[in-house]
Amino acid sequence: MLLNVRHTTVYGFDAPMRFVTQSHRLNPVDTAGQKIRSWSVAAEGAAFGAAFTDGAGDRITTMTVQGPVERIEIVVEGEVETFDTTGVLRGHRELISPVCYLQPTSATVPTGALLELVRATVDAARGTELARAHRFSAAVTEAIAYAPGTTHAHTTAAEAVELGQGVCQDHAHALIAMAQATGLPARYASGYLLSGEEAAEDDASHAWAEIRIEGLGWVGFDPANACCPDERYIRLGSGRDAREAAPIRGVSRGGGAEALDVRVEVAQRQQ
Amino acid sequence: MLSRTAENLYWLARYMERADTMARLLEVGYRMALMPSAGAGYRNEWASLIAAAGSSEGFEAKFGDEFRQRDVETWLFYDRENSSSVLSCVETARQNGRAVRTALTSEMWDALNGAYLELRELERQPRTDDLLPQLCDWTKRQSALLRGSTEGTHLQNDGYDFLNLGYHIERADNTARLLDVKYYVLLPTLDMVGGTVDTYQWTTLLRALSAFRSFHWAYGSEYSPRKISHFLILNRACPRSLLHCHDKVSFHLNRLANAYGRTTCAHERMRGALAELTDMDLDAIIDAGLHEFLTRFIHQNAALGQDVADGYLFGVQ
Amino acid sequence: MYDGERIRPAYEQVMDWVRRTPAEQLALKKAEAEALFRRIGITFAVYGEGGDTERLIPFDMMPRVFTEAEWRRLERGVKQRSRALNAFLYDVYHRSEIVRAGKIPADLVYRNEAYEAAVVGISPPGGVYSHIVGIDLVRTGPDEFFVLEDNCRTPSGVSYMLENREIMMRMFPELFRTSRIAPVDDYPDRLRRTLASVAPGKCEGEPVTVLLSPGSFNSAYYEHSFLADQMGIEIVEGQDLFVQGDFVYMRTTEGPKRVDVIYRRIDDSFLDPLCFRPDSMLGVPGLMNVYRSGGVTICSAPGAGVADDKAVYTYVPDMIRFYLGEEPILKNVQTWKCSDPGDLKYVLENLGELVVKEVHGSGGYGMLVGPKSTREQIAAYAERIKADPADFIAQPTLALSTCPTFVDDGLAPRHVDLRPFCLVGKEVHLCPGGLTRVAMREGSLVVNSSQGGGVKDTWVLAD
Repeated sequence: MLLNVRHTTVYGFDAPMRFVTQSHRLNPVDTAGQKIRSWSVAAEGAAFGAAFTDGAGDRITTMTVQGPVERIEIVVEGEVETFDTTGVLRGHRELISPVCYLQPTSATVPTGALLELVRATVDAARGTELARAHRFSAAVTEAIAYAPGTTHAHTTAAEAVELGQGVCQDHAHALIAMAQATGLPARYASGYLLSGEEAAEDDASHAWAEIRIEGLGWVGFDPANACCPDERYIRLGSGRDAREAAPIRGVSRGGGAEALDVRVEVAQRQQ
Repeated sequence: MLSRTAENLYWLARYMERADTMARLLEVGYRMALMPSAGAGYRNEWASLIAAAGSSEGFEAKFGDEFRQRDVETWLFYDRENSSSVLSCVETARQNGRAVRTALTSEMWDALNGAYLELRELERQPRTDDLLPQLCDWTKRQSALLRGSTEGTHLQNDGYDFLNLGYHIERADNTARLLDVKYYVLLPTLDMVGGTVDTYQWTTLLRALSAFRSFHWAYGSEYSPRKISHFLILNRACPRSLLHCHDKVSFHLNRLANAYGRTTCAHERMRGALAELTDMDLDAIIDAGLHEFLTRFIHQNAALGQDVADGYLFGVQ
Repeated sequence: MYDGERIRPAYEQVMDWVRRTPAEQLALKKAEAEALFRRIGITFAVYGEGGDTERLIPFDMMPRVFTEAEWRRLERGVKQRSRALNAFLYDVYHRSEIVRAGKIPADLVYRNEAYEAAVVGISPPGGVYSHIVGIDLVRTGPDEFFVLEDNCRTPSGVSYMLENREIMMRMFPELFRTSRIAPVDDYPDRLRRTLASVAPGKCEGEPVTVLLSPGSFNSAYYEHSFLADQMGIEIVEGQDLFVQGDFVYMRTTEGPKRVDVIYRRIDDSFLDPLCFRPDSMLGVPGLMNVYRSGGVTICSAPGAGVADDKAVYTYVPDMIRFYLGEEPILKNVQTWKCSDPGDLKYVLENLGELVVKEVHGSGGYGMLVGPKSTREQIAAYAERIKADPADFIAQPTLALSTCPTFVDDGLAPRHVDLRPFCLVGKEVHLCPGGLTRVAMREGSLVVNSSQGGGVKDTWVLAD
């Protein structure tokens, strides 16, 4: 499938900023599931640099803007050819030991309602790892109803399960926590999704979980859509949780409040 | 040097100079309190001092409007709630110094840290009514010690320039305020101009600025408000005059421009201000109103300080 | 210093001097030393005690003395250990041969709080992670040294080593004239050269090195400014630095100036809010990206802490064998890991004889010294261990050597330890001296300055 992406992020500051620094995980890399045909990240008045590939195989770049600045617009555009690998991440070079992904972060600490969900879902000693991962994913789909606006950026996996509502970030965190609680390394993946026509505009920016399965390697699970990533997905990068895997992490110094406007369009190019 | 270092040096100097001024103010008050009462007019000398220090509001909120000597002493010397008290100034100066220890010579640090340690001792001592002259002397000695160590040991590099910018911008401000308070606040009524009280107040002001003898050398023995004003505003040779301070500011700004190969907005403002001041004569100042002149000067001087901050201290990104 | 009943030969000269000097004069010297310290401003804040953040550390005039022969052996041991620790760090952030070989459990490395996945695959210049290794040692016999712990991040205390020596030379010049004491005052220059030797490949010309400090309110600020001063480098705070393009710059009165090497005295988690703690105001946004793309060197390297973890400590002898193919010269203190059920059982049954520490603790806090504790304290501590066994390790109480120390009624033996400082850059260098910490209370084994311990000058005498 050929996917075209246009992702714009606009920051408006009500008082001019003195300095803005961002770390970008906005450049997808080639894997068996995606070949990058063209890709660009641009922002007027910004300096880009300090680029490298991290231990997880993600391409990281740094953007700085000198103030005073009142508005920054980051435009990501590209074309990617995708292939269905039934969720398995292949052809991706990475160096971090999977054991690192057994360690929860504050977002994925398994407590309370989440642990109950784990117990109610599987007997960890039985069945294959893959079967267990699928059952966890299904359980998360069931436990957390899609309801935008009910959770926020800092909601933890356990809180979302307790609440029974959330968005893709909460689904992914919950699945990571469940997998880790039974000894499966798991992590957060962020990227883009070609969604159906009825979906809202910002739905195209998406997140899911990856679970390490012995013999297969990393396998993606998307509880929010009750499936595994296929050719509709473009993978940007990963981390132990949403914060670590965020496409943009930034700090602005000086100035006032920030207003954020994100638009993502993913379209299939007709061939 | 690091912009933050320059900023700390600049403020260190400003705060030490401010501590010095507070002590001199207290001394003026103490001497005037020894004079027979000036009678009607401004409530009393102590109130005018607090006004000169620019903190009437803070003082009255804490001590009411009686302006007792002990309260004024507390406020101007010991009080941490007053950010310009001698104690606050010395502590802030030391804090600035401590943050840039490596930009100071050990003698300078000894002077600064020694002042801080001795002050903590002074704080513990029982207070007596006749302690004030000692406190004033002590403060002036500390600031002189720091100035002396700076002159004697600090490399005359850009750090030295930032220290001196701080000293002279602060000193110009302080002289202008002291002069203003004498002319505008202390003098109860016009018919007292030239009277004994008036003369006494003027000479007290000179004494507080340690300029009594210098004045003598420069102007003979007649103490007229006009001569004293001239001395403190336009006499380049008087180390506390406004013109002298701005000469020095200009000198150090030019050194920085040479060292860095660039000028800043501070240079432009300084050029204008200095030219204006140089061309003035005292008659013009008095005709236009001394108070109005001083008010304008104080604003101009503050703007200069802000320009220095913008030009150097917050870094050029 | 006592070798059986005899005074060790190294101390003969000093003891002779003490005997010749009248007690009143010694007392005067002691007061003079304290006044000097306060004047210079060497202070140390005690965490958790509030109040005076600028407390003086007690200084004992009586030096601790090593002969050159004693020191040479110790030096070989410390250098060996420093090399192995750095080899370990390089390994666990690259191919992890030691884990693959089964010499150390994967969980202990990868699930360690100090392990930074963010720097996996990044190769710091020279492969060096820990540029200043501080190894805490105790002596139990003439030739027997045990390592208490390794400090691979930012071992502190070197300013005391230098200032103690400075004060001793000012106060007792005659001792320095008659004894041949190895100088330590070239340490700052060596440190500067060590840091310059690991400048990034992209550095053009003479490397610009800075010391990154949390600021003047930090308890170790004195040391930060002292070292920066001695090295002739800028001491900067996070707000002084910024990232632009491929590099890090500092804000100066002349405009931005590029920085090549950062000797940081702040923890990993505060270095960069874009990589670690997002709420850090002490760090520099984007710094880790510049580091990872090779634009700047950070000393010690982020992630170096995994080598000085108290649980990893027990594997250091194995590291020495694995990476260097040598037998360890310095011994480890036998350590029971409470995460191990067998060890846990032993520890709980023998708490009265053991010293128990928190795995991630430091500064002597939260530890139990069995022989010095009451029955109630031991029982309470046992509950803490049972609640989270993996958080604790235990060691035997060693028969620590003592050193004569001035106390209220003259000289008396007090327990001491030693932290020598090993510099690792293109070359490995051990400074002939170090920080001797002394437990000022009679019988006490806790020498941490945060727990009322004092310091002494440390002498290495030429043969």
